Amino acid sequence: MYSYTDFDAAFVAERNRQFRAQVARRIDGSLTEDEFKPFRLMNGVYLQLHAYMLRVAIPYGTLRAEQMEMLAHLAETWDKGYGHFTTRQNIQYNWPTLGDIPEMLDALASVEMHAIQTSGNTIRNVTADHFAGAAADEIADPRPVAELIRQWSTDHPEFQALPRKFKVAVTGAQADRAVIRAHDIGLRLHEQNGDLGAEVIVGGGLGRTPMIGKTIADHVSLDDLPAYLEAVVSVWNLLGRRDNKYKARIKITVHEHGIDEIRARVEDRFALIRPTFTGAHMDLYEEIRAQFAPPGFRNAPTDAFDTAYAADPVFRAWADTNLSAHKAPGYAIAQISLKAHGATPGDASAEQMRVMARIARAYGHDELRISHEQNVVLPHVHKSDLPEIHAILKAHGLATANIGLISDIIACPGMDYCALATARSIPIAQQIATRFDELKLEHDVGDLKIKISGCINACGHHHVGHIGILGLDRAGVENYQVTLGGDHTETLALGDRTGPGFSAEEIVPAIERIVTAYLNHRENAEESFLQAYRRLGMEPFKQALYGDAAKRSQAA
Amino acid sequence: MPRAFTPKVITANALISGEVVYLTADDRWSPHLPQAELLTDEAHAQLRLVEANARQSEVVGVYLADMASTDHGPEPTHFREDFRRRGPSNYDHGKQAVL
Ligand code: SF4
Repeated sequence: MYSYTDFDAAFVAERNRQFRAQVARRIDGSLTEDEFKPFRLMNGVYLQLHAYMLRVAIPYGTLRAEQMEMLAHLAETWDKGYGHFTTRQNIQYNWPTLGDIPEMLDALASVEMHAIQTSGNTIRNVTADHFAGAAADEIADPRPVAELIRQWSTDHPEFQALPRKFKVAVTGAQADRAVIRAHDIGLRLHEQNGDLGAEVIVGGGLGRTPMIGKTIADHVSLDDLPAYLEAVVSVWNLLGRRDNKYKARIKITVHEHGIDEIRARVEDRFALIRPTFTGAHMDLYEEIRAQFAPPGFRNAPTDAFDTAYAADPVFRAWADTNLSAHKAPGYAIAQISLKAHGATPGDASAEQMRVMARIARAYGHDELRISHEQNVVLPHVHKSDLPEIHAILKAHGLATANIGLISDIIACPGMDYCALATARSIPIAQQIATRFDELKLEHDVGDLKIKISGCINACGHHHVGHIGILGLDRAGVENYQVTLGGDHTETLALGDRTGPGFSAEEIVPAIERIVTAYLNHRENAEESFLQAYRRLGMEPFKQALYGDAAKRSQAA
Repeated sequence: MPRAFTPKVITANALISGEVVYLTADDRWSPHLPQAELLTDEAHAQLRLVEANARQSEVVGVYLADMASTDHGPEPTHFREDFRRRGPSNYDHGKQAVL
């Protein structure tokens, strides 16, 4: 895993020193809020509904055990004992005081972490496939490329005042687990005639105007990639609509100018700047890549796994839902669900963080990942260790067997924390998970992703949920709009709106009616919700939601 | 006839702790909504807003929030202010912990 160079460490220390002084000057009154705000946003500090919030980057979702322990330490020392993992592989602390934040940042720096460029109109934390370096379907580990992009984009002098925020996601596998087509830039690493490079996708994004990213280049060699990315961002930096923040993201630029014009401009720009990349970037890449060498996998029998799998139904259920195929023989990728029924999606207590760190250290080659689906991943575990791992997880409320099921809900903080929210998300997620747990239906329902956002900004990815829920404020009352048929994978699709929204009291029964309709209409248990929706269309679900009222309004 | 003025309070977050606070009639910042000064006159509300905004070294994010006048003081007319005065609904981590 990547370790800071002296340069990285000095850079972060200097930024922290500057920010400490800025906070001091804000507190002693020498800086007004207007003067201070740009500084705090450069360092991940937001003002939310009830308090300040500190957003810490977890680059490409990768953590060492000691880093997770430090996150626990922060939660305990300067927050209320927990942290919230987000859909962008960040962790958010909801209750720090302004005066404590410099201490928190110094503590983070001691384990090579920071909050730089987790807010503001900059290139944000680069996200990646949370199974990177482990997945059986992987062509190249996306993390060295993600780290290269992080170094290139951090404090990039040309890109500190972009038209709007800019998000990059990287995958190196066949399956897309990083939602790359919903990012400003999405990269899919692949090989062409033995040359490692990336398909470059631009102009994706959810939010107010959801767009699926378009391929701007089929294959850009790794050697050319930094210059190409710089060309894309710099073309947008000039063209991007600074006059209207709702039109400032690159998705609108691509939409307004067309992908062909953008491609031509990028190519011109690329021709100009490519010669300035004289090879140091590839030396750096090789240095970074060496640090992501796979761990020393061991060759051992998996009998312990097979025995537990046959004997223990609780372990079996967990193994069936929470494990994924690993590239090394005898190994598995294990997901730790942060979605216990009724709990807040993505929250982990300090104690749980420590338990996960301990497991990673003892059994998981010292690695943890945070998924954009707000779960934690043990990317490399030998199958023979899984029964013990499961027992430890179970003892700490971390063994929920629901990955990919209806209670594995993405929910943004919504109006319980977020100052931009128009409605709450968390209680809706809690109620849906609790309800389907009571019904004992979720294993029967199978693969079904519910994603909830508390406003149009779509941090909860509702557009790409099989069932998406968007919380709105309708004349001073929380109201929830439903979309169906979204898809967050390599076949990315935006969901279709069902019709009028539902009140906070009506939304859970409405979701239940959708699920019942699916169960009634599916061809067999193998047909997933998404497949059934694609075959059946909206009609049966509309009927289930709105009854004859839907028919009447159609006839009219 | 001029449109009736919806009563308001001045609210903000405390500069250092970030806690939700309300401006009282005697110019304190209180964490408790019932202690807030209820502003029923538009001109007076604007004046108080200017005064509050000048207190940059105490608070951040000052604004006027709509309230209803009730027997037990100002009551939020919108759910956002209801959550702000109470705390989040998933944990008793906010003001509700001490209320
Ligand atoms: S979707 Fe809206 S409410 Fe949810 S976290 Fe994002 S900005 Fe806040």
